Amino acid sequence: MDLALAPETIARWQFGVTTVYHFLFVPLTISLAAITAGLETAWVRTGKEKYFHATKFWGKLFLINIAMGVVTGIVQEFQFGMNWSDYSRFVGDVFGAPLAMEALIAFFFESTFIGLWIFGWDKLPRKLHCACIWMVALGTVLSAYFILAANSWMQHPVGYRLNPATGRAQLTDIGAVLFQNTTLVVVAHTLAAAFLTGAAFMVGISAFHLWRTRRQLAAGETVDARKTLVMRTSLRVGLVVAVIAGLGTALSGDSLGKVMFEQQPMKMAAAEALWDKEAPAPFSVFAVGDVAKGHNTVEVEIPGLLSFLAHSDFHSEVPGVNDVAAAEAARYGGSAKDYVPNVPVTYWGFRWMIGFGMTSLVCALAGLWLTRTRRWVAPEMRTAPDEVPRLMLTRDRELGPALTAWSWRIAVLTMGFPLIANSWGWIFTEMGRQPWAVFGLMRTSDAVSPGVSTAEQLTTLTGFTLLYAALAVVEVRLLVTYAKAGPVSSERPPAQDPTLRGPSAGGGDAAAAEDADKPLAFAY
Amino acid sequence: MHLHDVWFVIIAVLWTGYFFLEGFDFGVGILTRLLARDERERRVLINTIGPVWDGNEVWLLTAGGATFAAFPDWYATLFSGFYLPLFAILVCLIIRGVAFEYRAKRDGERWKRSWEQAIFWASLLPALLWGVAFANMVHGVAVDHGKEYTGGVLDLVNPYALLGGLVTLSLFTFHGAVFTALKTLGDIRLRARALAQWLGLATVVLAAAFLTWTQVHTGNARSLVALVLAVAALLGALLLNRAGREGWAFAGSGVAVVATVAMFFLALYPDVLPSTLDPAWSLTVTNAASSAYTLKIMTWVAAFFTPLVLLYQGWTYWVFRRRIGVQHIPGPATTVPAAAAVDQP
Ligand code: HDD
Ligand code: HEM
Ligand code: HEM
Repeated sequence: MDLALAPETIARWQFGVTTVYHFLFVPLTISLAAITAGLETAWVRTGKEKYFHATKFWGKLFLINIAMGVVTGIVQEFQFGMNWSDYSRFVGDVFGAPLAMEALIAFFFESTFIGLWIFGWDKLPRKLHCACIWMVALGTVLSAYFILAANSWMQHPVGYRLNPATGRAQLTDIGAVLFQNTTLVVVAHTLAAAFLTGAAFMVGISAFHLWRTRRQLAAGETVDARKTLVMRTSLRVGLVVAVIAGLGTALSGDSLGKVMFEQQPMKMAAAEALWDKEAPAPFSVFAVGDVAKGHNTVEVEIPGLLSFLAHSDFHSEVPGVNDVAAAEAARYGGSAKDYVPNVPVTYWGFRWMIGFGMTSLVCALAGLWLTRTRRWVAPEMRTAPDEVPRLMLTRDRELGPALTAWSWRIAVLTMGFPLIANSWGWIFTEMGRQPWAVFGLMRTSDAVSPGVSTAEQLTTLTGFTLLYAALAVVEVRLLVTYAKAGPVSSERPPAQDPTLRGPSAGGGDAAAAEDADKPLAFAY
Repeated sequence: MHLHDVWFVIIAVLWTGYFFLEGFDFGVGILTRLLARDERERRVLINTIGPVWDGNEVWLLTAGGATFAAFPDWYATLFSGFYLPLFAILVCLIIRGVAFEYRAKRDGERWKRSWEQAIFWASLLPALLWGVAFANMVHGVAVDHGKEYTGGVLDLVNPYALLGGLVTLSLFTFHGAVFTALKTLGDIRLRARALAQWLGLATVVLAAAFLTWTQVHTGNARSLVALVLAVAALLGALLLNRAGREGWAFAGSGVAVVATVAMFFLALYPDVLPSTLDPAWSLTVTNAASSAYTLKIMTWVAAFFTPLVLLYQGWTYWVFRRRIGVQHIPGPATTVPAAAAVDQP
């Protein structure tokens, strides 16, 4: 059969397309939910209007984004059964549990409280309303946790035994699945990366507005001071979150690397295009020539760094692709080349993940430095001294205009970098695991649905891809429109804190009658 | 009672919850074309379910996840077997979810009308297809000794299944109309009531025919009880609706949904997916189930979290208990930015 149309290949493409697409929205949802919750808390506690406007503005972008995250997630829930039925039979006993917990515990949280938050501005007392968005944020984190526990089990199966009667994996220890070190480190890394993603998004959009304000001021136009204030606060919040999350991503990525060296040596060898074992092993910064050929023509390397990444020791031995492949072939049968994943994709995926993500971190560090005092805003835009939190206490210094223009530009241009890093991180992780669907237990080629025809597979692959592409256009347009419009500074918070009225609560008939015809604060 | 029987019941309950809740969502979505006369009325309809539709949909995700965990073979065979119908349902659910959220995000005739079309069709099709899928599941399909579905997509299209699809379609639309009468004010409320009367009549006829067919084919004493209950509830809902007792009528249409879904599962048990090739190849609650350990863990999780979910979802309905009418719909443009307000292609 033509290999390009092997059922496995189509199913993999479909999983790759739908999952990477889902994961464009997920990191933004996770981080924007928590950031919006933080901003609303600031508003409830201080009563400052800038926090109200910031909550509304980032909340709106969050909602446009989560709508797509939710609907693409529905596909995820069912496609294991559709395209990977043999996989589902084999792992259901183990893998189904975290998936069901995710739905019952996390998705109900998210979806119910998001409804309360969107429509509840005039129905719920402020504190309760704010609690709702915190519940949404909690739901997103729990959801990430459970699904990553499931995924980690595929990377490193634990807490199961193979049932000799059925030939299937059977759960023996749920604690091992939920709390193995792979799960914990992956959760830390993915959440940190998610916050870096949302923060860079926030920085980019705030910078866009502040830069525009600057140019308007320079042209002598009047600017909306309230809007500017919201954006300045947002920029600082974004920068701080980006720096913390970026450092967290790097640290947890380092731990993840060590875990992976131990559990999936092939993946790391492939990620480095290290064909034969070396001691000490260098870290390859980039290579020219075909990394798939088994030797690299030009390489820029940092001596000993790979040894250090693997074992915290600059001189230790690191096994290469050929060594691991031979070992796996000896253990599982077949020839060594069956166990080699796609080395170029793994190699470059790893570099793009680190490269794009860490560039974001560097930009955020620079941004935090450049905005360390109020000097970064034009004098007309300054308000009271306490409006910008002083997180970096250094001497005041006026910045040169050239640098400033480029600072704004870079902030806007790099806002999507962590998204790219996230996608490549997943492609690297999942493709580096090949040929295994469940590492050491089940091959991807044995995982596909035997009963689904190629025509059916192609129908859904094309259908989802086209639908997703069309929705991407709609979504991006809406996001751009709303992001460019900025906060609605004329909007006022509800004058009175709403009270929850029970069926028998007081207030009298007059209050009830007055209330009865009031328009909804929010309606679709 | 074995744990796998408990899980059969839990999964039946999850599907029942899904059809009860999303049933009226689908109905309201369909009514946006049948009932609403203008933009404001359409918005009234959409906003009756606005805060809750997403939470309602999670009942489906939980049913899917629970099936995966408790009956992996059922999950695998059902979803790889009903591949294309499930694909169609997923596409509809994607479009529908986005449509509710995005319709309001921009002004402009074309934008709004397109999303309204989307809401209508993406509510109508799943309402029909779920019935087709469930009828096939209850009736049994070509499952071989390796638990694989060997039929094609056309085998799923047969008179019994189509009738099942019409039943869920009319039942959900009726349920939605009764819900609309309960949640709205003014003219639209009266029209919803009048329309519910016709929808209810159609549903009684279709449901009685389909459920009797099911009873004859795969029924037992317990499913007969469910059948009688379903038809009685429908008739009761009709009478109560005519009498203007909206709350009670909604309870009636709700019971009708519950009893219909219960009938499906009672007719199935102890199979979960009967084989038409050889009864020995049917998937059953025993041969499709997970290990006792997994079921035990999941039972604890369900016992703890299901009541919690019911509690806070119930609370949501209480918070949004107020009826709405056209007077409550705020003008547009309070949230739509100027750049988005233009009518772009
Ligand atoms: C903004 C995104 C981002 C950034 C900047 C980084 N990563 Fe990452 N990385 C991810 C986003 C990501 C991810 C998409 O979230 C992955 C995919 C699977 C996972 O758990 O996280 C991932 C996976 C992943 C894996 C594979 C784990 C496995 O297969 O089990 C390793 C070893 C690293 N990362 C290591 C790093 C290191 C050493 C980094 C920089 C210092 C780094 N990552 C930056
Ligand atoms: C719990 C979460 C996840 C599970 C259970 C999972 C499981 C799988 C499975 C079963 C496949 C198909 C077999 C294969 O080709 O390996 C796959 C492939 C893939 N997944 Fe994951 N995945 C998860 C999360 C993700 C995420 C979040 C992403 C990225 C955003 C991702 C990216 C990919 C890609 C790109 C492929 C295709 C790889 C290839 O074709 O070689 N996965 N994954
Ligand atoms: C392939 C495996 C995956 C499945 C089956 C899956 C399933 C789903 C489903 C069904 C939803 C919609 C829930 C709703 O209606 O509220 C969803 C949303 C979500 N998923 Fe995934 N997902 C997968 C991969 C991932 C991964 C790897 C992560 C995180 C690291 C993740 C995190 C989330 C989050 C945070 C949400 C809620 C926010 C949003 O909708 O954007 N998912 N997922």
